[in-house]
Amino acid sequence: MHAVTDTHAVDHHDHKPHGIGRWLFATNHKDIGTMYLVFSCVMFFLGGAMALGIRLELFQPGMQFFDPGFYNQLVTNHALVMIFGAVMPAFVGLANWMIPLQIGAPDMALPRMNNYSFWILPFAFTLLLASLFTPSGGAAGGWTLYPPLSLQSGNSFPMTIFAIHLMGASSIMGAINVIVTIMNMRAPGMTLLKLPLFCWAWLITAYLLIAVMPVLAGAVTMLLTDHYFGTSFFNPAGGGDPVMFQHIFWFFGHPEVYILILPAFGIVSEIIPTFSRKPLFGYDAMVYATASIAFLSFIVWAHHMFTVGMPLAGQMFFMMSTMLIAVPTGVKVFNWTSTMWKGSLSFEPPMLFALAFLFLFTIGGFSGLMLAFVPADYQYQDTYFVVAHFHYVLVPGAVFAIMAAVYYWLPKWTGTMYDMTLAKWHFWVSTISVNILFFPQHFLGLAGMPRRIPDYNVQFTDWNMVSSVGGFIFGFSQLLFVWVILKAVRGGAPATDRVWDSDMTTGLEWTVASPAPYHSFETPPEVH
Amino acid sequence: MFNRKFASVLGGLLAVAPAFAYESSYNLPVGVTPVSRDVFHLHMTVFWVCVAIAVVVFGVMIYSIIKFRKSTGAVADKTLLHSTKVEIIWTTIPVLILIGLAIPAARTLVTIEDTRNAELTVKVTGYQWKWQYEYLGKDVSFYSTLAADSNEARQLHSGIDVKGVKDYLLNVDHPLVVPVDTKVRVLLTGNDVIHSWWMPDFGVKKDAIPGFINEAWFKVEKTGHYTGQCTELCGRDHGFMPIVVDVLSKEDFAKWLADQQAAHKAAAMAMNTAAQAN
Repeated sequence: MHAVTDTHAVDHHDHKPHGIGRWLFATNHKDIGTMYLVFSCVMFFLGGAMALGIRLELFQPGMQFFDPGFYNQLVTNHALVMIFGAVMPAFVGLANWMIPLQIGAPDMALPRMNNYSFWILPFAFTLLLASLFTPSGGAAGGWTLYPPLSLQSGNSFPMTIFAIHLMGASSIMGAINVIVTIMNMRAPGMTLLKLPLFCWAWLITAYLLIAVMPVLAGAVTMLLTDHYFGTSFFNPAGGGDPVMFQHIFWFFGHPEVYILILPAFGIVSEIIPTFSRKPLFGYDAMVYATASIAFLSFIVWAHHMFTVGMPLAGQMFFMMSTMLIAVPTGVKVFNWTSTMWKGSLSFEPPMLFALAFLFLFTIGGFSGLMLAFVPADYQYQDTYFVVAHFHYVLVPGAVFAIMAAVYYWLPKWTGTMYDMTLAKWHFWVSTISVNILFFPQHFLGLAGMPRRIPDYNVQFTDWNMVSSVGGFIFGFSQLLFVWVILKAVRGGAPATDRVWDSDMTTGLEWTVASPAPYHSFETPPEVH
Repeated sequence: MFNRKFASVLGGLLAVAPAFAYESSYNLPVGVTPVSRDVFHLHMTVFWVCVAIAVVVFGVMIYSIIKFRKSTGAVADKTLLHSTKVEIIWTTIPVLILIGLAIPAARTLVTIEDTRNAELTVKVTGYQWKWQYEYLGKDVSFYSTLAADSNEARQLHSGIDVKGVKDYLLNVDHPLVVPVDTKVRVLLTGNDVIHSWWMPDFGVKKDAIPGFINEAWFKVEKTGHYTGQCTELCGRDHGFMPIVVDVLSKEDFAKWLADQQAAHKAAAMAMNTAAQAN
């Protein structure tokens, strides 16, 4: 894509609202994107604090700090905060910032809905976190909310459910906005198969969100009526079926997993070509692979619940369909690798994080493949092996991709170059500690440690200690990230429009000034 | 040439796999049932296949990172844009590998699901937070709860050094007792919430769900003392309802069963007498 346009002419027409109103009544995609990212960062540290609580209790055997009930609340709310508060809003924030810039649009298509979808979130999470301070404590049945256990929750239960409803509404609005924007506001000449891969990944993610968030809303509403209105959807005493909840939940839950990773694929597909100075290998294959993964995500849900006792044929089907996912995912990894092949590589912080993603996400992919094999899954299910697996795909997977994206586009946002040395320190400390944190958890799970337990037999002590040490280093090293960003926001060497020393920064976002003008493209650029 | 060398390396790795797996602080146990052994081999096979793929893929990545550096003057070959041929190759090969792995997995799964011809049936019921074992048709039934020493030590600020408690959190008052070399079927259900009965050495994990009866089976080949845990979050004390199985020789088991039945009968009689006296 080569854009020929004169964007500088429009720079002078910025009418920025000022004061608190700029944020409360924000309709500008960049302001909303910034709020999403800041919100996500706050949640990342809150969820991280919960995780450190968990690692603190697990540092050695015996109960030292928490009541087991409170430990369960930590486990449950850590997951809810990280999934719905940290990772998803971070991706929405990046979508808000970058999609209009990448497709040559002045803003998102539905700016007021954009405002609602953000401002719902602080209320949702206030409710969720406030539930922890009710007399009965917050939700403690795991983020998966399996009944009948979740139906034993105290009166904080409706707060958790309502918070989830709000998060879902917010996500759906964000998704509608992404779809409408990409479908209607692309610059002339930008056909769908010229769309930057970050936009492609988000377009597909947005459809997944619209498809499954209502399913989650339905599932938790049924929990609510079971708890308070005498229904028996999931209550066996009334003829209900607790396993049905798991089917419905994971019909949401598995596409949700890809909602958390597809935008990361898009980000990595942007960064690797830039720093390999070579176009992405197999663009079309990448798009089709992403679409295949999205399709497959709807027919593999029961692999989260192999031990519930399904018919043999059902287990066979879900085993095979799950294994199939390895194929398009492999295609993506091979294409990224081929993009680097015969390239001209340099290792700026975004590339470092993208490379760590490539290696460590692939490790998470391997353990995911192992989990597909039903007889072996019986041994892995609900152990730390699973914990290690999904943290590998979510932390050095999704979270590293988010950090890579921030390091990649930050100069475009602030107009200044950040401290590269500090960012590289952040990279190395994070990458080493994240492996110290999560790799030993594979061993713990295989050796027999179940997940979601606050205490364990002494045979599991060593690896738990190692993991906790890694956890504390990883957690505190994220303060470096905040420092790098704050420093860049306050000033620094001015960034050029192209920012990076690469002839592959061909996307439209690199044709506007750094920092990007308040209204990205007032006259649409031509794409050839 | 390369392929043959690669195959021999892989073969060598597979050969050392069982030895590698002996120490169980970082791997699955081989276990003591035919199923657990099959599962262990499936696990190791998939693991080594993943390692082999990782060596190739990570190898190419590392080679690229070292060889194609801008700082050493590498110039990008911008003609490498796409190739339908390689896309087809790297779609087909994984499919073939997966088919190769699916076959033994499916075979093991069929074996696991075959609960016919059991010689002994035990009904396992999960409670918050203990297990109940009922020997169907044998008039023997009891609860199995975390042992007192573990329970005392695991209390918040108990001040007891848990390292001094033998089998901390993996000991119970009344273990499940089964005979060796006997196909034992377990019927699983939950009384309140969902629990999951996991015995790693038997290769068995199945959820105990209220309103459902699940089936599983095992045939242990070695007498001994085996431990496992509940593996479905079931509330506050989920971490404190271990599973212990003592596998006895057939004679010892028959004796144990007779003792239990006698005790059960005596208890029932005492109850009757007490009821009549009233």
